[in-house]
Amino acid sequence: MGMTDIIPLIVAKYNYWLFVVLMMIGLYAMIAKNNLIKKLVGMNIFQTAIILFYVSIGYKSGATLPIIQNVHEGHGHAAIHAADYINPLPHVLMLTAIVVSVATFGVAMALAVKIYQRYHTLEEDELRMRLSEK
Amino acid sequence: MKFFGFVVVCLVGGLLLYGTADFPDWGDPDSPASTHLSDIYIEHAFEQTQVPNIVTAILADYRGFDTMFETAVIFCAGLACFLLLRDFKERKERFYRHVPTGVILHVKNSKKALRVGRDFEHIDKDWIPSDLIIKTVCRILIPFIQIYALYVVAHGDFSPGGGFQGGVIFGSSLILLAISYDLKILVRRIKEKVLGICAAAGVLVYVGIAAICMPMGKSFLDYSALEMFVFDPHHVRALGMLGVEIGVGIAVAAVMAIIYINIVSEGRHDEGL
Amino acid sequence: MNNYPALIVIAPLLAALFAGLAVWIEDRLSYYIAILGLAVSSFSALKVLIQVIESGTIQYKMAGWDAPVGIEYRIDLLNAMVLLLISGIALFNLIASYKNVEQEISDRKGSFYTIYLLFVTGLLGVTATGDLFNLYVLIEITSLTSYAMVALSDKDRGPLASLNYIFIGVIGASFYLLGVGYLYMKTGSLNMMDVADIIASQHDSSTVLVGFILCMIGVWIKMALFPMHVWLPNAYSYSPVAFSRVVAPLMTKVMVYVMIRLMITVFGFEYIFNTLHLSEAVVWLATIAVLAGGVLALAQDNLKKILAYIIVCEIGYMVGGAWLGNQSGMTGAILHLLNDALMTFALFLGLGNMVYMLGKVKLNNLQGLFSRMPWTMTGFVVAAFSIVGVPPTCGFFSKWYLISGAFEAGAYHFAAALIISSLICAILFFKVFEICFFQSSPDLQGQGHGHKFQVMAEAPVSMLIVSNLVSFSLIVVGVFSGTIVKTIILPFLQGI
Repeated sequence: MGMTDIIPLIVAKYNYWLFVVLMMIGLYAMIAKNNLIKKLVGMNIFQTAIILFYVSIGYKSGATLPIIQNVHEGHGHAAIHAADYINPLPHVLMLTAIVVSVATFGVAMALAVKIYQRYHTLEEDELRMRLSEK
Repeated sequence: MKFFGFVVVCLVGGLLLYGTADFPDWGDPDSPASTHLSDIYIEHAFEQTQVPNIVTAILADYRGFDTMFETAVIFCAGLACFLLLRDFKERKERFYRHVPTGVILHVKNSKKALRVGRDFEHIDKDWIPSDLIIKTVCRILIPFIQIYALYVVAHGDFSPGGGFQGGVIFGSSLILLAISYDLKILVRRIKEKVLGICAAAGVLVYVGIAAICMPMGKSFLDYSALEMFVFDPHHVRALGMLGVEIGVGIAVAAVMAIIYINIVSEGRHDEGL
Repeated sequence: MNNYPALIVIAPLLAALFAGLAVWIEDRLSYYIAILGLAVSSFSALKVLIQVIESGTIQYKMAGWDAPVGIEYRIDLLNAMVLLLISGIALFNLIASYKNVEQEISDRKGSFYTIYLLFVTGLLGVTATGDLFNLYVLIEITSLTSYAMVALSDKDRGPLASLNYIFIGVIGASFYLLGVGYLYMKTGSLNMMDVADIIASQHDSSTVLVGFILCMIGVWIKMALFPMHVWLPNAYSYSPVAFSRVVAPLMTKVMVYVMIRLMITVFGFEYIFNTLHLSEAVVWLATIAVLAGGVLALAQDNLKKILAYIIVCEIGYMVGGAWLGNQSGMTGAILHLLNDALMTFALFLGLGNMVYMLGKVKLNNLQGLFSRMPWTMTGFVVAAFSIVGVPPTCGFFSKWYLISGAFEAGAYHFAAALIISSLICAILFFKVFEICFFQSSPDLQGQGHGHKFQVMAEAPVSMLIVSNLVSFSLIVVGVFSGTIVKTIILPFLQGI
C-alpha cells in the first residue's frame, strides 16, 4: 500500500487510530510501569479507550441521540426514520463495560490498600524484594 | 520490562491498526453496525416497549439480561471490597475533643473509653477543625443531590438517565457527606448492615421481577407477564423497566458507599479522608 | 414453557443474593441456601441434558425477544454436558467444603458462599449463552470473584498475586471485548449464530481476521495457555482450598469450552482451517505448552503448585486437540474437557483433605500419608493414574483420541509431547507417592524405641465420601467413554 492510499484511510478513520494509540499507552503502562497505582491508571486508560472505540462505532453522521422525540404530542405515530437517530446499541454495551471497569477498579484499589497496609510500599521491585526475603 | 512492553505494544497496536483498514468510514450511515440491529431497535423500540429512550429500552428490556449481570458485577465488587478489607478489630487509641473548651484528649487504653455526648466528641487522629462554609453548603446541597438522583432514576425512560446514573449520584451524595463532615457521621447515619442489605436487596429486586415472569407462563425477564400486577397494561414493559431501574439504583448507591467507606478507612470504618 | 435453561443460571444467582442477605441476618443460613441453589441448578442441568439428547438443541429467548434482537440461550449437546459438569462439581465441592470453610474463613463464611455462588453463576452463564457480549459480562463475573478469592488465604503473597491476576485478567477480557467490537463493526450483530451467518461471506476481511485473533488471544490468556500462564499457579495456590477446588477444574475448562464454541459456532472450521493457515502454529504452541507445563511441575516442591502446573500442561492437550482440525482431535479435546475437569477435581479434593489435616502441603509434609490418611490417598492415587493415563480410568481414553487425531493430522510432535508429558506426570506422582508411602512422618520418628507406629488421622467422613465418589466416577466415565462419545460428542460434531 503506497503512502497515497494510507492518508485518505487515516483521514476517514482517524478516531479509531487515536483510540488505538490511547489503548497502547494504557497497555504500555500496565506492562512497563513499576508502581502499582500507575499500572492501575494504565488499566483505566486502556479500558476507557475501548469504551471510546465502541461509542464511536455508534456514531452516524446527520443523526441525533437515540431518544424518540415528540411522542406525546397527539399520539399521532409519525413514522420513525432510523437514519435520524444514532445507533443505540454500543451505548448500552458500554454502560455495561463502564460498570465492569469501575467494579474491577474498586477491587484493585482494595487490594492496593491491603498491600500498602502490609508492606508500606507500592513499588513492585521493592515488593518483590520483600517477598523473596520471606 | 520496558523493552518487552514496547515490543508487545508495537505488535498489538500494529495488529489493531491493520484491522482498521477494512473498517467502514467513521459516521457512515450505511455501515453494518448502523443498519443491521440498530434499525430494528430504532424503528420498533417505542411501539414495542412504550419507552422513548431507546438506550433504556435496550438496556432494561431487549438486553435486560446483560444488565442484570452487570448489577450482579456491582454487587460482587462491593462484597469483594468488604471481604478483603473489613477489619472488625477496634483501634486501641482514641481521640476525643472536649467541646466547650476545645481540649483534645488522647486515650491510649481502649478500656477507658469516654462517654461521647454533649461534653466530648470522637475525632480523627489527623483532625482539622471543619470549615463552617463547607459544612453549611454541603448540608444544603446534599438533599437536592439526592432528589436529583431520584429524578434521574425515575426519568430514565424519557431522558438520559436510569438506575446506574441515579444510583451513582445518590452514592456520591453520601460520599460528599463523609468528606464534608467526617466518616463517622456517615457510618452512624447509615449502618453497615443497612448498606449490605440494600446492596443485595437491590439486585434481588431486579432478579425477582425477572424471575416472577417464569411462573406467570412467560420466559425469564418478559415483563409482559406482569400485566395483572400493574394498573396500566399498555405500559407494562415501561413499568417493568422502572421497577428494575429502581433495584439497580438501590444496589449501586449502596455499593458506592460500601466501596468508599472500606477503602478510605482501610476497613475499620472509623476514620479516613 | 420450559424454563429449565434459565433456571440453571438463575438458581445460583438467586441463591447468591439470598446468601448475601443472610450475611447480615444469620450467617449460618448461607451454606444451606447455597446447597439449595446449586441443587436446583444441577437438577435443571440434568433435565436439560436429557431433553437435548432426546429432542435436539434448545433455544431459550430471554425476555421473549427473538434471537439477534434479544439475548438467547442456545443449548446443544456440548454445552448441556458442560453445564451439568459445572453445576455438579460445584455442588459436590460445596458438600465437601463445609469443614474447610469453617477452618479457613470462619469469620466471613456468608460472604465466601455468596462469592462462590456468583462465581458458579458466571461459569454457567458463560457456558449457556449464545450472545458474544453476554459472554463477556459473565466472564467478568467469574474473574471478579476469583480476584477476591485469591487474596484471601495467604496474607503475605495473596494480595500481590491477586493484583497481578487482575492486570492479566483485564488484558485478556479487554482483548476479547475488542475482538467482539471488531466483529460488531463488520456484522452489526452480537448473536453468535447471526454473526456466523454474516461473516461467512466476509472471509477475506482483515477486520474479521483481527477480531478472530483478538478473541483467541483473550481466551488463551484467560485459560492460561503456556506463555500466558504466569498468573495461574499463584492464583490457584493462594486462594482458600474450598475455592481453588472449584476454580482449578472449572475456570480453565470453561475457557476451553469458549474457545471451542467460538471456533465451531462463530467462525467455523471452513474459515479457521481453510482460509487461515494458523493451525500448525497453534498446535506447535500447544506442544510447547504441554512440555513446559510438565517440566515446570517437576521443579516445584509444593503439592498445590505441582497440581497447578499440571493444569497448564493439560490446557495444552485441549488446545492442541481442538486445533488439529480433524474429528478425532476435536472429539479428544471435548472428551478431555470432561475428563480433565473430573480428574483435576478429584486431585484437588484429595489436596483439600490434606490441607485440612496437615495445614501445609509442601512435599516433605506429606511423609507417611498412606498410613495416616489411607482413604484420601486411595482417591488421590486413582486420580493420579487417570492424569497419567492408565487404562481403566478416563484419562486414557481422551488421550487415545488426541494421539490418534495427532497421527491423522501428521502432527507427530504433538503426539510425542502427549506421551512425554504422560511420562513426566508418572515420574511426578511416583515421586509424591514415594514420599507418602516409604518415608514415615517426622514427628513420629524416633519415638517409642525405634518401631514406627502411625496413628490414623483421616479427614472427616463427608470429605472422604465425596473425594472417593469422584475418584470412582473417573473409572465409571472411563468405562462408558464410548457411550459418551457416541451419544454426545459425535452427534454434536456431525450436527455442525
